Amino acid sequence: MTLDRRAILGGAAALPILGAMPFRSARAQANNTVKIGVLTDMSGTYRDGCGPGSVTCVRQAVQDSGVTGRGINVEVLQGDHQNKPDLASTIARQWIDRDGVNVIIDVATSSCALAVHGVVKEKNSIMLNSTGATADLTGSACNPNTIHWTYDTWMLANSTGGAMVKAGGDTWFFITADYAFGHALERDTTGLINKQGGRVLGSVKHPFPGTTDFSSFLLQAQQSRAKVVGLANAGVDTINCVKQAAEFGLTRRQKLAVLLMIASDVHSLGLQTAQGLSLSETYYWDLNDRTRRLANKVKGDMGGAMPTMWQAGCYSAALHYLKAVADMGVEKAKASGAETVVRMKAMPTEDDAFGAGSIRQDGRKLHPSYLFEVKTPAESKGPWDYYKLVRTVPVEEAFRPMAEGGCSLVRT
Amino acid sequence: MASATTAPLDVLPPTAPRSGLFGFTRAQGIALVVMLAAIVVLPFFVYPQFLMKLLCFALFACAFNLLIGYVGLLSFGHAAYFGMGSYASAYASQTWGLSPELCVLIGGGVGAGLGLVFGWIAIRRAGIYFAMITLALAQMVYFFCVQVPFTRGEDGIQGIPRHALLGMVDLGPDMRMYWFVAAVFLVGFLLIHRVIHSPFGQVLTAIRENEPRAVSLGYRVDDYKLLAFVLSAGLAGVAGGTKALTVHIATLIDVNWPMSGEVVLMTLLGGLGTLFGPVVGAGVVMAMETYLAPFGAWVTISQGIIFVACVLAFRAGIVGELAKWLRVKL
Repeated sequence: MTLDRRAILGGAAALPILGAMPFRSARAQANNTVKIGVLTDMSGTYRDGCGPGSVTCVRQAVQDSGVTGRGINVEVLQGDHQNKPDLASTIARQWIDRDGVNVIIDVATSSCALAVHGVVKEKNSIMLNSTGATADLTGSACNPNTIHWTYDTWMLANSTGGAMVKAGGDTWFFITADYAFGHALERDTTGLINKQGGRVLGSVKHPFPGTTDFSSFLLQAQQSRAKVVGLANAGVDTINCVKQAAEFGLTRRQKLAVLLMIASDVHSLGLQTAQGLSLSETYYWDLNDRTRRLANKVKGDMGGAMPTMWQAGCYSAALHYLKAVADMGVEKAKASGAETVVRMKAMPTEDDAFGAGSIRQDGRKLHPSYLFEVKTPAESKGPWDYYKLVRTVPVEEAFRPMAEGGCSLVRT
Repeated sequence: MASATTAPLDVLPPTAPRSGLFGFTRAQGIALVVMLAAIVVLPFFVYPQFLMKLLCFALFACAFNLLIGYVGLLSFGHAAYFGMGSYASAYASQTWGLSPELCVLIGGGVGAGLGLVFGWIAIRRAGIYFAMITLALAQMVYFFCVQVPFTRGEDGIQGIPRHALLGMVDLGPDMRMYWFVAAVFLVGFLLIHRVIHSPFGQVLTAIRENEPRAVSLGYRVDDYKLLAFVLSAGLAGVAGGTKALTVHIATLIDVNWPMSGEVVLMTLLGGLGTLFGPVVGAGVVMAMETYLAPFGAWVTISQGIIFVACVLAFRAGIVGELAKWLRVKL
């Protein structure tokens, strides 16, 4: 074979012709199929609180919605973003572009949530965020394609932080996870402390993910002599902080404020270490008959574990989405994410996880939140019997007032 | 780097004959045509976003290969140039609103500037010391990126817009962006090829084969090494800058040390000191990462196994072994 300059140049000239070949659309698929992507942390810090349990809860919601009986197929995909925002954004794009995913649920970790938040806006898809916490999703960064479902940093600060300040803890020191969630949680709690006349003496940020040794941060907290040490982190990070704080004897002089702790974290810590901690959640399996019914339905598929509020949020979000799809028709729901979200906001929510609720214009799902205290080992009657209800924060007080969020959707 | 110099010896004769077209041998010419055809045809069958990422990493690996394959310097800190290029381009696009070609050039400029400083320090030592110095300096860049506000820490710079190319062509749609990325890759690839086949490249090869002899012949070895280092870092910056625009996000992943390890793996797997090796290596590693992603830890485990197998069984890499088998130069 002879290959000379002319042949190569000729070949190069022919390339654009190939380029004109028609683009094969990957979106071609059955018209009555809705695809739900559960994008979450399947292997890292937050796995126990969301992870595979979130997928189970979404599948349960599909079953409970009864849409399959009405000729709508639902496919559930799962993805592991390893708490890396670039991976989360890549998977979200791929799901929407190539796999035809219509809604992305869960999206643990605020930095990943914000990344996917941008992607769904760009692609006019939907994100129903349960595990991501940053209140910016419905504040300065809000968009018409996202609903923030379960809780947020403002609600945690308001409930747990407010209770601590009222109980006399007026000087604070923060140990903060160094990413969007930690920053937002510290900011929201600081705002609340200042408003109530307290003072923040200092804060230290730890790298995320991957920090396991918190000794230097805890020592700084100890030296600050603040009455309250606020842990603005979550999952395994909080668990390690609480354990190591006990080992350092920090809890003898100072109080720990665990701003985000959920039932699965208490389960990992054990009541011996966790007893007496105050924490806030929007769902606890043993709250009432309906929450117990949901827990009993899913616990078999979750290895006996009770659903956390994150997982219950995924259930509730998927259920409400499918209701909206059934209401609008699959064709219309798939055509525009923003319009489906408008319909979801117009419909009242109703499910076993949170009872009756609604979705605000800025994308905030509303329901009451609860301040719990962790039981002592003597008080607990069995596995997963962990909380005493201290206070129910009514819907009107639980979340940031819409006017304070600075969401651009509210003005329009 | 004794181990780096021995492996590709029989693949790449030190005095490469300047034959064929544009400095390509016949086999390389055929491989080039195959690669061009793949670049043109594949986006119609494979997800373009994946291919764009692949091309960015392929350019990154080619830039790295310029240093290890042709000068014999194992830099273990190339993530710093890639990551800083990516941050610079992201910042330029988002905050200054510059057009993509300028963003990519700024990325390359930042990579090259950083390479000039780090290279100047690192080339004073050889072998393991060189590798350790580059790693240490790169980790300093990483901690810098963790702390400074403009990178937004662990969140990364998110939602990077793609502005119009030269102020005229909107690169928003993925297919248009693909042609831009492909063009950047090809320019980088051909530039590296040109450098290797220039008299300058011949001197680099001479340094790799026998540094004292190159010194005794009167070459200012340090200057040559430094220039090669800056070129490699600059092209890594270009690759990073293009990647940031492609995936709309620049994060700490790009600048952390596992990225430096990944590019070593890509180059080694494809074939050190071969023209097409890094491209193939990048393809294999990226495909593994993408298609094994649902299985979590299996990505790193399989990467480890492949790395060991490659070092033990086929040291010349995929393309290197293929070239040996076909008795051609690729």
